[in-house]
Parts: sequence; structure tokens; C-alpha cells
Amino acid sequence: MEPGGLLELLVEIAPYTGYVYPNETVIPWTVLIVVYPYLTGLVAGAFTVSSLYHVFGMERFKPVGQFALLTALAFMIFVPMPLLLHLGNPQRAFNTMLTPHWTSAIAVFGFFAGFYVILLMLEIWFMFRPHFVRQAQRTSGLMGRLWHVAGLGSDDLSPKAMRYDEKWIFTLAVIGIPTAHGLHGYVGFVFGSLKSREWWSSDLMPVVFLFSAVISGVALLIVLYVLSCRLRKIAVDLQCLKGLAYVLWGFAMFTLVLEGLEFANVVYKGREGVEMILEYVSGPLLVPFFILQFSIGALIPIAVLSYMIWRGTTGKALIVGVTVSALLVLFQVWMMRWNVVIGGQEIAKTGKGLLSYQLVLLHREGLLIAVSVAIAPLLLLWAMVRVLPPWEKAATSLRSPLASAT
Amino acid sequence: MKREAISSLLARRAFLRKIGRAATCAGAIAATGAAGALGVTKKVAAKSESTSRRGSFPTKDYDWTKRQWAFGVDANKCIGCLRCVEACKRENDVPGDAHHFNTWVERYVYLEGDKRARVDSHHDPVNIAASGSEREYRFANRYQDAKVEKAFFVPKLCNQCTHPPCVQVCPTGATYKAVDGVVLIDQKYCIGCQYCVQACPYGARWFNARKGVSQKCYWCYHRITKGLQPACVEACPVGARIFGDRNDPQSPISLFIRNNRVQVLRPETGNAPNVFYVGIDKEVS
Repeated sequence: MEPGGLLELLVEIAPYTGYVYPNETVIPWTVLIVVYPYLTGLVAGAFTVSSLYHVFGMERFKPVGQFALLTALAFMIFVPMPLLLHLGNPQRAFNTMLTPHWTSAIAVFGFFAGFYVILLMLEIWFMFRPHFVRQAQRTSGLMGRLWHVAGLGSDDLSPKAMRYDEKWIFTLAVIGIPTAHGLHGYVGFVFGSLKSREWWSSDLMPVVFLFSAVISGVALLIVLYVLSCRLRKIAVDLQCLKGLAYVLWGFAMFTLVLEGLEFANVVYKGREGVEMILEYVSGPLLVPFFILQFSIGALIPIAVLSYMIWRGTTGKALIVGVTVSALLVLFQVWMMRWNVVIGGQEIAKTGKGLLSYQLVLLHREGLLIAVSVAIAPLLLLWAMVRVLPPWEKAATSLRSPLASAT
Repeated sequence: MKREAISSLLARRAFLRKIGRAATCAGAIAATGAAGALGVTKKVAAKSESTSRRGSFPTKDYDWTKRQWAFGVDANKCIGCLRCVEACKRENDVPGDAHHFNTWVERYVYLEGDKRARVDSHHDPVNIAASGSEREYRFANRYQDAKVEKAFFVPKLCNQCTHPPCVQVCPTGATYKAVDGVVLIDQKYCIGCQYCVQACPYGARWFNARKGVSQKCYWCYHRITKGLQPACVEACPVGARIFGDRNDPQSPISLFIRNNRVQVLRPETGNAPNVFYVGIDKEVS
């Protein structure tokens, strides 16, 4: 192809050492495909927190229960974005749903994602229906009409109707658990099922993706919750925060062990091409993998959280410690996605060479677009919280959904 | 597809296919598991199945049910002249640079005392510098002052696998296995996700950024369906590339496979390639 200019050339061609297949010098999946599993992971993790409250009845998570669901939806809406930006012919994206080729993992994505978005919207609708009804009664004119439309004309707030709603919320939340986690486990399958790359080809890949998804989503909620409390000028609910810290702590340890096991598997089996993998992890991947992902991203937050839980830290120190740990975990999971997606492609299929992905700022698949896609859900969430206030007690059903379901 | 001899591998596939079907019935909740189980079944796109029932495709004079194309490479004969690469680039409108190839040639060199081969191809910067242009291909005489113990060339191209992983992962069925054995791509249907590029362990596929679709060698399908040879086979001055119909016991490829001890690349992947090699070394993959 005729490169349009220097920037396009930089994205096109990856420098390499050793021997790589000629066609490999163009790295197929770029930073956008790093953003994609990162976003789905945040969705799955946020949904986990919301189901801890809505399904498992953990009352301490009430301050984030509704907010987690809005977060999941805000991020889920943007999940297809990096994929569409990456496609060579995005206008044909719908072909995957018109003639799905069922042996392809990607063919399932459209249905799965569509189903999940509808489920999230339904659950949120049931949850905020009382809010719609009250707003419709309170406001007049066009806004009042819009609130009425948002409530779909269903304005019965009697205890019987509310109990009915709560049953729906519970059911949808239960169905949402396998869906949200299936959606992300499938992303791990997209990589783990390929036999062409030793770095990806692992049965553990979907599991590793799932657990890292949970910690990233919990970490995101911690950061957003603390931030929202500052913005709303209210005190952070320490019980809730500590609960989130427990979840983060436990799952972070589990994730670390799983990732360690996966790496040990690759090294221990020592199949063809392992020399190149070892050269890669001890060379170009040394800093991103061992320092950034494992040390700074995984070990430090686990150490900080362990210390705080052991010492029973509370108050401001707890808030700062947990928030910093959460930020580090968010960074860890980003690095994990990067090291899997980009790392896998930097190890040549020949097993005899290494490539070097070139990240540029301005390009359809450049850094600027990737960062924009990653930040856009936060803006949407900010807008959503304005319309659907997740913290107003009057806005949603008051009773614990579990209490009504049992 | 009729299978007369059921080896353990085939039995395993049949079993997995059954699991795949069962999983489909399990419905939406089992969708993750189904994706896994279905992923291993070697079903060809529904698209190609319906087309394959037609007697003649793609032209009136060509019946793809009557042919079973295969390719042979005799690495003992290859001299690394790269005429095949140039012929292919012209014939198939492959971008004239050092990063997109339907076919390429690798050079394996063992210098005195080397335990592992030194491998390069014409896309290597040293070789590009020797030719003076990304559009012309040469092997630089980079080992002229060294003592070479063993050296040989290996032409590479799409293996048109019997169980192609690229077809397996295509989300739309835009790439499919034709009845005559060639893996084709519908360029008007491909969405350009490049999953197939990732799935091919041989690096045979490349992405055409201008068209936004995947491309690869298809054994000059536009020629072979008219009774011609692929461009690379025709251009080869030493007969290192052999092509023909396996249904014809007297075709060049049938004779090549019968008269030689042939091997395929990366048999452990289970892809069952249809390019058969003679004269390659342990390091070739």
C-alpha cells in the first residue's frame, strides 16, 4: 500500500530483530485492541460490585450499588467503539450479526454485547422508575412529558408494584452475572484460543482476563466513589470503602497467582519458540511486565492493602491508601492488557525474532484516539449521574432487593 | 464430507463437533461455553456450503467439485532468484513493498560451527539495500566472506490448510474453504478485523489497508480455474514449484507426492496444510 505520510508509515511498519515473516512487520492489532478488553473488564468488574449488593445482599455496598450499574452501562456503551475504529470496513460490522460464522469467537460478540446492554438498561430502568414517575409529577411542560416517556407510562408506585419491580431487578442482576463475566471471559478466549501465538495460546487466558477484570472494575469504582464524595462534599462511607478494599485485596492476590501460574506454564512447558519468549521477557518486556505490571501494579497495592487490613487502618489514611492502591491496580490491568495484546504480537510467529510496536499520537489507531475512547465513558457517566441520581434515596426503591426476593 | 478411515484425530474431531452441536442447543446462557466448543469444530462457512452445491463455480466451464488442488515445493531445486515473488506481485496486484507478500522465499544458512541456521528473506533491510528498491527483490551476497557449511532456500506461500484456522476465526464467513481445497476471501464481505491474520501460524495473510480487507495467496484462483498454472509456478525457472490436481493420479503434484517423502509445515497445529515440501530442514517452520 502507499503510505500517506510519515505517521502512517510509523504505524504500518514495526522494526524487528532476528527473523520474522515478511507480513508480520505490519502489527495487526493496535492500541485500540488494548482499550477494548480494558473497557469490557471494567464493565464486568463494576457489575460484580453491583451484584454483590443487588444479588448477594451485602448492605455495606449500598452507596455504590446503583452507581456501579450506571458505571457498567456507561462503559459498555463504548465497548464496541475501539473495535469499530479498528475495522478496515466498519460499515460492514453488522455482517457479523447478519451472517454470524459460529466457529468464530468474534461472531458471538455482537449478540452478547447487545443482550448485555439491553439487560443493563432494563435493570436501570426498573431501578429508577420511581424517580421517573416522581420527576414527571414534579415537572411540567416538555421536561415533564420527557420524564413521563422515560417511565414508559408506568406510574404505579404502590407497594405491590414496587415488589414486582424488585423481583425484576433481582432476576436481571442474577442473569447479568454470567452475562457480564461471560462477555469478558470470551475476550480472554479470543486470545487464548489462537494456536498461532505461544504467548496467547493458554487455557488460563479467559480466567486470567476474568479475574483481572474484576479487580479493575472494583478499583475503578473505588476511585470514582471517593472522587464523587469529594465532589458532592460528603464523607466517604468507610464501611463501604473497606468492603471494596477487601474485594480488591482478595481478587488481586488471586489474579497475581493466576498470572504467575500462566507464565510459569509457558516457561515450564518450554515448547518451541520459548527461547524467544524468554529473550523477550528478559529484554523489551522486563520493565512493562515485571516492573510495571507485577511490581508496581500488583505487589505494591497488595502490600499496602495487606498492611492496612492488618493494622486496622481507618479514617483518612484508609481512604488515601485504598484509593492509591486502586489507581495502581487500574494501571496494572492496563499494563496486563498491553502486555498480552501488544506483547503477543511482538513475539514473531517464526519463534526466531522480535518486533517492536510503534505507538503514534495522531492516527486513526493512535494514542490520542485510544485515550479519548477510554475517557469518553467517564463523560457519559458524569451526564448519566445527572439524569439518574444513584445516591438519592428517594430516587430508587428503598427496600433491599434480597429481602423482597427471599 | 466422507471420511473413510477414522483415525483417532478424526474421531476426536467428530466428538468435538457433537459437543459443539449440543452446546448450541443449550442456549444463550451457555453461549460462552458454546463459543469454546464450536470454536474447535471444523465447519466450513454456511456460505460456501450453499455455493458448493452449484455444479459450476466460478465460471461455467469450471466445476470445483471435480478438483482437489495441491502444491509442492522442492527446496532442493530453489535457487532463490525470486522471480516467483515478482511474478506474484504483478499478477495479483500485491503492494510493491517489503511488507506485503502472497509468497516469499526464505534463506537458511549454517556457517561453519553454527548450531542454528541464520534465516533471512528478501524483505530484510540488508537485502533491500542490495536490490536498491523495495520493489525489487534480491538476496544480498552477505555471506561471501564466511565459510558456509549448508545453505538452502525455502519458498513459502499460503498452505490452503484442510482445517484452516483463518476460516475458523472469521466472524462473518467472508473467508471460506472452497470445495476444490483453496481458501478464498470475499473482499466485498470482509470487515477487516484481521483476526484471520492473527490466527495463521504461517504469516501467510496480510492486511490491505487501502481496501480495508485481508488478503493472501489463493494459488492464482483466477488462473487455475481456467486451466492455467499459478503465476509463481509458471515463472519458476528450475521447477521448484509444483502444482496440480490430486484427483488426477498422473498430475505433477500427484507424482511429486507419490515419488517423494514429503512433509508439511507445523503439522502439530492440526491445520493439515496442502503445500508439500521436499528438502527442508528441521529449522524450517
